[in-house]
Amino acid sequence: MVPLSWYLIVAAFVFCCGLYAVLGRRNAIAVLMGIELMLNAANINLVAFWRYGVAPMQNLDGQIFALFVIAVAAAEVAVGLALVISVYRNRRTVNLDDLNLLKG
Amino acid sequence: MPELPFPLPSVQQVIFVLIAGLMILGALTVVLARNLFHSALGLVAAFFGAAGLYLVAEAEFIGVSQVLVYVGAISTLITFAIMLTRGMMFGATSPRNRQSGTAAMITLLAFVVLWALVSTIPWPQAGEAIGDGEAIIAGLGRAFVNEYVVPFQLLAMLLLVALAGAIVLARDRK
Repeated sequence: MVPLSWYLIVAAFVFCCGLYAVLGRRNAIAVLMGIELMLNAANINLVAFWRYGVAPMQNLDGQIFALFVIAVAAAEVAVGLALVISVYRNRRTVNLDDLNLLKG
Repeated sequence: MPELPFPLPSVQQVIFVLIAGLMILGALTVVLARNLFHSALGLVAAFFGAAGLYLVAEAEFIGVSQVLVYVGAISTLITFAIMLTRGMMFGATSPRNRQSGTAAMITLLAFVVLWALVSTIPWPQAGEAIGDGEAIIAGLGRAFVNEYVVPFQLLAMLLLVALAGAIVLARDRK
């Protein structure tokens, strides 16, 4: 079988890719993609810990949590993209360097 | 036959490495591509990779949900958003913002910390065996209508509110 640490390494790498996309990309949609990557990495960890935990047939909590994360991610991306489109309509840009309305 | 210095990988491990490679390539494309459409394609590859990893971990229902929700719905939404907001974002401009240097440093630090955590703790090498024909999906369904019934209903409510909110936010007010 695959050791648990392999899953964790892959998830950590994908999480860091998502983190960099959120912090360092210029386009708001790329930032949303980074959030999706991070949620996916967390989901991989949840499923892997379910599989390697005690009595995976009786303890389904990891899988249930992953399903909740998937549903919440769907809601999040719908609202996030609606926000991006709304911002684009008002400001004609989705460049995050130009969106500093709340800066003091 | 001469003794190998390392144990031969099993079929499952080879499949895992292939799928993980697909996912890592997709994630790198999301982060590094200059063209947003290439990022979206990389995102689809990463989603398929995650679904494959769920299948390797014997969580079939999650894998199918992943393909349905992420690959089917979320990628389509993101592609539509890219097409609706294109314009000055293509061309010779850099895909990185002003703080990308700091961001790269923070990301590298986070990866080093996570790697150190993963490699120091002795994680289990194999999980308990799941017998053939045992229905995980039936257990999931029972859990959703018994101990998780309130979160389940709240989730339905959240999806409804998000749907209405997205329509209100994206509507043209003029």
